Amino acid sequence: MAKISLKNIKKSYGNVDVIKGVDIEIEDGEFCVFVGPSGCGKSTLLRMIAGLEDISAGDLVIGKTQVNDLPPSQRGVAMVFQSYAIFPHMTVRENVAFGLTIAGASKTEKDAKVAEAARILQMEHLLDRRPSQLSGGQRQRVAIGRAIVRKPQVFLFDEPLSNLDAALRMDMRMEIGKLHQQLGATMVYVTHDQVEAMTLADKIVVLKDGKVMQTGAPMDLYHNPANLFVAGFLGAPSMNFMNVEVVGVKGDVAEVSSPVLGKVRVSAKRGPFAVGEAAILGLRPQYITLESGQALMTGKVALTERLGAETVVDIGLGDGTSLIAALPQDTVYSVGSDIAVGFDGDKAHLFKAETLPEKGAH
Amino acid sequence: MAMISGDNHGLRLAVRYTVLALIALIFIFPLVFMVMSSFKPDQQLLVDASSLRAFLPVGDISLNNYSAAFERAPVGLFVFNSVLVTGVTVALSLLICSAAGFAFVFINWKGRGVILSVLLATLIVPFETIAIPMLLMVSKLPWLGMEGLTWGWLNSYHVQIIPFIADGLTIFLFVQYFKDLPGELIEAARVEGASWFQIYRRIVMPLSGPILATAAILKFLAMYNQYLWPLMVTQEEGYRPVMVGLQYFFQLNIAWGEVMAYLSLITLPVLGFYLYLQKAFIASIASTGVKG
Repeated sequence: MAKISLKNIKKSYGNVDVIKGVDIEIEDGEFCVFVGPSGCGKSTLLRMIAGLEDISAGDLVIGKTQVNDLPPSQRGVAMVFQSYAIFPHMTVRENVAFGLTIAGASKTEKDAKVAEAARILQMEHLLDRRPSQLSGGQRQRVAIGRAIVRKPQVFLFDEPLSNLDAALRMDMRMEIGKLHQQLGATMVYVTHDQVEAMTLADKIVVLKDGKVMQTGAPMDLYHNPANLFVAGFLGAPSMNFMNVEVVGVKGDVAEVSSPVLGKVRVSAKRGPFAVGEAAILGLRPQYITLESGQALMTGKVALTERLGAETVVDIGLGDGTSLIAALPQDTVYSVGSDIAVGFDGDKAHLFKAETLPEKGAH
Repeated sequence: MAMISGDNHGLRLAVRYTVLALIALIFIFPLVFMVMSSFKPDQQLLVDASSLRAFLPVGDISLNNYSAAFERAPVGLFVFNSVLVTGVTVALSLLICSAAGFAFVFINWKGRGVILSVLLATLIVPFETIAIPMLLMVSKLPWLGMEGLTWGWLNSYHVQIIPFIADGLTIFLFVQYFKDLPGELIEAARVEGASWFQIYRRIVMPLSGPILATAAILKFLAMYNQYLWPLMVTQEEGYRPVMVGLQYFFQLNIAWGEVMAYLSLITLPVLGFYLYLQKAFIASIASTGVKG
């Protein structure tokens, strides 16, 4: 088992910087998820840890060894690829045993370790099949089997579930979670899927344009996003943003207003804010209420999506912007009807005005 | 409805097969002519040539031409020489060229792009232009053989083998094929601790069946049909291959029947080799678009 630390890691292709000085500490046995939109450098970072990409600058330490210039095989890592990368000309058994064969293990040792891995992944019955005879989920198991059989210090997963269909993805996600508990190994997992990130991670690293936006436990990031990008990226549907003006400040609480919003007190921990300052108010759709008693603004229902356990309502506001509300029950709203909109000021987030993240960044 | 479309389908198939059969016939005619003529005495062969009888086993049929061919020339020796030179060259070529292709595609080293370009550029150089300089070169090279160190490679097997082991086309074929192999397979093997040689032997080669067959057939044909080079470098009969051996039948009076018998005999190894690799070869043409 091992701790991984990345110190000011940089990567450039010619003049193009893709990783711009990343510092991350991954504790021994931790499940760390790199998440971000495509092109943010998360896969490159993982491949740098694996040794498949050169490191342009910085220090990469696994355990107590600086591994910058070590080949992949000497870093004590195992990797599961997006395409699974299982060898098509070998049986499942030969695939799982590949690393052991290369290391010159005896047949008895290989048999024992492969059997153990097959038991953990419940794929004993697949051992003599060829990859072409396996389904996507089974191939995924083989790829994971090949990774665990060598008992590496560190597991690296590069978007391992993105080729699976939705139902299977959920099953495999849970299995990977269980596997982590069972093995207790350090795992680094790359995904663009925030649900995978939120459910699996001990620690999430949100990346954008080759830089770390925020690092922390999933719920810390969800409840206390450090910036607009993280706030907009985590949570589904994504957070609503409104341009507001600060009209009063008292400690961690600010009073804000906008043309469509009457004066309201909101929590303002990312201060200091000054009276008259333009700011951005972030509202999670789940904390918006549509009951007339708590109305702070009014709007018109533009669209509703009834999901059974949840109803998502798209509300058009007076100034032409819109707001998404997610209500925790099946409710019917008729499109075009006027509606009262309220929210809990304690659950709102006030950000310094900066460029809004693009909608649907994930 | 179903019947009409069924008829249409049948008609189209019939037309397609007729056209294919005609094309096949055009390719087969010379071969049939060659084999049939090899059984006929010269006089009859020339008379038959003006009619359809040329393609039929009719008249005075015998194996006389074959026995005469064996008397006129050491046919067995020529076939043996050709098969040996061709076989060894093909085997070494597959080994060396695939390894070179592997290095070009999977290993990152300075200058590989430039070297690959130069290699590809050699494809446009006709062999005839380098034959004489190459002859001068090999006639002075040292060789450590059974008789100790000797100078000059002329009149030997290795002079027919070594210059043709590596060539731009074969390396290019492997490069193209390797580029299409999923890179993650190679990366997975690297993470699992495999050395470059182990990746080559255990991952890349087992997945290269079709391209190995294509390269083998192309190389086999090129080597088996060698004429100019062996003519230049083998003055002694003992090392001559089949194509150079053909000369025996054109000396003094030309015996067409014996020529045909000789040609029929030397076609057999090619046919056998092709049939052996046919399946893989067709699969490879279908997937790479490269053909011989």
